[in-house]
Amino acid sequence: MQGITRLQRALFSPFVTKTFSIFTTLLGISVFVFIVLRIIPGNTITGSFGIETGVLTPQQISELRHYYGIDQSLIMQYVSWIKSFLSGQLGYSFSTGVSVLKLTKSALPVTIELALIGTILGVIMGIAVGMFSARKPGSFRDFAGQLFGLLALAIPGFVLSTGIVTVMANVFHYFPNGFEYMTPWENPWMNFQQMMFPGLVLGIAVAAPVMRTTRSALLETVDKDFVRTAHGKGVPPRKVALKHVLRNSLIPIVTMTGIQFGYLLGGAVIVEKIFALPGMGRQVLDAITKREYATVQSTVMIFAILFVSVNVLTDLIYRKIDPRIKK
Amino acid sequence: MKKRDKSVKGALHYYHQSTSGVIGAGLVFFMIPASIFSAFGWLPHNPLDQNIDSILKGPSGKFWFGTDQFGRDIFSRTLDGMRRSLTVSITAVLIAAVLGIILGVMGGYLGKWFDTLITRMSDAVFAFPAILLALAIVSSLGTAWYDTAISIGIVYTPIFIRVSRGPVLSTKEMDYIKGSRILGYSSPRILVKHILPNVLAPIIVQIALSLSWAILTESGLSFLGLGTQPPNASLGLMVSEAQSTAAFAWWTLVFPSLFITVVVVGLNLVGDGLRDALDPARRSS
Repeated sequence: MQGITRLQRALFSPFVTKTFSIFTTLLGISVFVFIVLRIIPGNTITGSFGIETGVLTPQQISELRHYYGIDQSLIMQYVSWIKSFLSGQLGYSFSTGVSVLKLTKSALPVTIELALIGTILGVIMGIAVGMFSARKPGSFRDFAGQLFGLLALAIPGFVLSTGIVTVMANVFHYFPNGFEYMTPWENPWMNFQQMMFPGLVLGIAVAAPVMRTTRSALLETVDKDFVRTAHGKGVPPRKVALKHVLRNSLIPIVTMTGIQFGYLLGGAVIVEKIFALPGMGRQVLDAITKREYATVQSTVMIFAILFVSVNVLTDLIYRKIDPRIKK
Repeated sequence: MKKRDKSVKGALHYYHQSTSGVIGAGLVFFMIPASIFSAFGWLPHNPLDQNIDSILKGPSGKFWFGTDQFGRDIFSRTLDGMRRSLTVSITAVLIAAVLGIILGVMGGYLGKWFDTLITRMSDAVFAFPAILLALAIVSSLGTAWYDTAISIGIVYTPIFIRVSRGPVLSTKEMDYIKGSRILGYSSPRILVKHILPNVLAPIIVQIALSLSWAILTESGLSFLGLGTQPPNASLGLMVSEAQSTAAFAWWTLVFPSLFITVVVVGLNLVGDGLRDALDPARRSS
């Protein structure tokens, strides 16, 4: 038998395989985004000229096709998109010529702030309600907790947002999102007020699955031997709950939070529109209504990269909270 | 211990024992006649009829859920919107389930490069938030109901690939499958007659849950103006229109919102009930 050389070990180390799989996933995503937005019938010309396309002469159409670069083969189009994406400008808007990078620079922080607030609120609410529920399975408080989880899952974000906006603006005459958006550096207090409600809406959506996962993970851990041992040796119940039970239930909760972060980015599309926040979601929607396919393509790609990065981050957090996963 | 009854009757028996399943089924079954009535046009008013003399009237004997800013009957529009949402969502889930099961079962059974390709592809699709991907696809497809259904279908296909591929991987190593291979059965026969029935349980549960997500995604798309187009009714679109009227006419917002929530709650409970009935090892509580 031949021994494993150092080179082989280095090549198949978890770090390298992980990086490789992220790379192939991103490559797959880029191909998928490209196929979905380019091959499907209807192109930029019919998109931007609508029914007026009919009055264009074949000469004009072919000039336009050349101008937009869609007379090239699909592979060439893909390559040129990836080139402009990787060049750092992320592609250019057809109509205004502004680079997607410039748009993204102002939009991305808004969405990330929103997503962070949503995740933090969601995790706090989810774990709290989950613990509240798991304390006495089958009791009334468990029922109330589970009802919260179910409703939080079933009420769409746009319904909740519309409801909040209506009540706040008309009953309490308080609607910070009616003013121009402020970044946390310009006006932290205003920014907080503008982020509070959209963050809450997203947080509730995150709380539902986190609550369910917390509840079932806790119920599973409570029966473990080491918990009984802890009780037996006289550890105060509160300490058992937090240090022994909750800590050992964290893995599924972290996984669920990581997964939810992705959905939260999607929810941000709708919430940003309702609360007039100039984030990535609004960038996508604007690009779609203006038929800026390059912008849609690059923005969607950035969303996917964000999502994949969060997955990697979740993986790293695992290792921190569970020393058993070292490989 | 008594052996578990695995027949359909047995599954029904277990389903009845699940409280959430029974409540969920009740909520969902309530929607079926409602949708059928609207499909046949058996509604108190035409959902598109505008009545200039009864604009934004509250709920009354004539207009059960009140009227909207064009004097259209909200009750009829809600039922009609419900039917449209269900049509799109059911079609979408069928597309996702058929595509996902075929790809997942084949990937799991054939293995090798085909499996790698399928898994990588579904990982790639998984990396998008559902509504965002559906938005992107719809923006290039169009806004006809089948366009919405196709895009939501594509979005939810990877879930079915995962759900069906996993059990196939473990089932294909079992002795009875090896036995059938030794007997010289063809791959399609083994797949359809021996493997598929054994991976059906998680798929059925997944169908109920996906249907509830599809309804949420569809109404989200309609809310953003990329699903059902006005003047046709759709629950998401009605909520979107209610944004400007809800302040002084609560019924324009409350009823369509209530219907979306009730259906989604119902389908989730049905999913829980099915899980309890078909797969006791993974009981929800």
